[in-house]
Amino acid sequence: METKILKKVDLIFQESNVNEVIDIVTKTVTRSSDDIILDIIDSGLKGRGGAGFPTGLKWKFTKNEDSAVKYVICNADEGEPGTFKDREILDTVAPKVFGGMTICGYSIGAKEGYIYLRGEYNFLLPKLNKQLEEYNKLLKDNKIDFTIAIKSGSGAYICGEESALFESMEGKRGEPRNKPPYPTVAGYNSKPTVINNVETLVQITMICKMGPDKFKELGTKDSRGSKVFSVSGDTPQAGIHELELGMPLADFVEDFGDGDTKAVQVGGASGHCVPRKQFKDTIIGFEGIPTGGSMMIFNSSRSMYNVLHDYLEFFTEESCGQCTPCRVGCQQLLKGIESVKKGERKPAYLDELKKLANTMKISAKCGLGQSVANPFNSIVDNFKEEIIY
Amino acid sequence: MSNIKTLVQQLVEKHGKTRNSLMPVLQGIVKEERYLSEEAMLTVAEELDLSAADVYGSASFYTFLDTTPRGKNIVRICKTISCHMQGKDELIHAVENTLNIKVGETTHDKKFTLLTANCLGWCHKGPVMLVNDDVYPAITVQKAVEIIETLAKHTK
Repeated sequence: METKILKKVDLIFQESNVNEVIDIVTKTVTRSSDDIILDIIDSGLKGRGGAGFPTGLKWKFTKNEDSAVKYVICNADEGEPGTFKDREILDTVAPKVFGGMTICGYSIGAKEGYIYLRGEYNFLLPKLNKQLEEYNKLLKDNKIDFTIAIKSGSGAYICGEESALFESMEGKRGEPRNKPPYPTVAGYNSKPTVINNVETLVQITMICKMGPDKFKELGTKDSRGSKVFSVSGDTPQAGIHELELGMPLADFVEDFGDGDTKAVQVGGASGHCVPRKQFKDTIIGFEGIPTGGSMMIFNSSRSMYNVLHDYLEFFTEESCGQCTPCRVGCQQLLKGIESVKKGERKPAYLDELKKLANTMKISAKCGLGQSVANPFNSIVDNFKEEIIY
Repeated sequence: MSNIKTLVQQLVEKHGKTRNSLMPVLQGIVKEERYLSEEAMLTVAEELDLSAADVYGSASFYTFLDTTPRGKNIVRICKTISCHMQGKDELIHAVENTLNIKVGETTHDKKFTLLTANCLGWCHKGPVMLVNDDVYPAITVQKAVEIIETLAKHTK
């Protein structure tokens, strides 16, 4: 399928078998870990899971920690509605993920790596385990002291939050921890840990293969490189598309919309809803609206009340229930829009609900509760009539 | 020795007698038994030297670690927005009618439990159905019914 305006990129899914990846890894580890980390910092790579923390800095902080045991963890708990790129990456180019983890392990001084794979993707396990067996053996043959294993999740969206993920790996309830300490100081088993998204780790392998300068040619000053987008909803081109970061949303809609696009939800349920009138002025990237890759397109036949209702139901069910703002807040937002819709409450009640959402933003313990205000405010502000009538 | 005790001991042997093994041990039991019985959780607590409350606390947190009896096949249908837009309601109704149960229930012959799930990660190919670990993206109502009927024949 073609795009008229946006340039398609082919780095992430460029084929790479186990031997090619081992080749990149063995060449990379002949350099000093400081040099590698400097390259990653220089490339401007930011985390591809959605939060966008500079990857090189994360590595540097962890390297600087004085600990005999450190860990590398690949966050493959892809649960954000509208995101499905990590599954595709692990299904088609998993060795590149292993490569990124190994390079990270060498750079920070870790000997163990884990992939935390969501339970919904268990069907990938036989293939991944087979590839890992071969890969781990090749690492040993090349005298690289690093091994990778897989840990499975069991159906909890919140475990994609890094500290909840560690708790889950330690056999506990997936409830986020207080921060600080950050994972770079105390992560899995309370040891310094680098936790990176699946796609970020693939980018590492590619940066080590082609050099940071080539990577920097793509994207904009604040959003270097390319990004894998998961496109779904009312689009003739639903699927996975790798594009340059920093594009105007209007161009994206021109290429991917069905001609009748009313709104785009950028960044999944926890992201922002952008209405048609803002397409032109919205940039997809760290200077505008960042995204873990989820782009859900809605055309004018869709009820934005239903969309918001769906999201709130999702958050109510997936809230871990640990902190009150999120546990009670999600429920009340959901009940609130239902009662406005039924006419039990006046439309002005929506303003009260927005206050609640904004309170959650500053008082919830983790990203889940904090980000509910994103879809809530953006949908209520831009589609008020649809919520009320 | 009961079957559960043997199973738990095998799993603990395989994954190690540490707190960090709790998830893989519980997952291993669910894979065999489809749910965690009180006996199973008490045995795990004993074998891993944890309190029963601790084991129940972890078990009850996770959607895929059921603590109520389930059928031999667990059917999960994604209900999140993209699948909603692509006809998950029709799919759920069809499966409910085929199995003659509602969402959340188990058939009398204990062969099937029907559940809904939050985003299964196939938004571009909805609606999607997960049967145990097998995934069926972009599934039609007709195909879903066929799969269930075939499975019913082969499940003893």
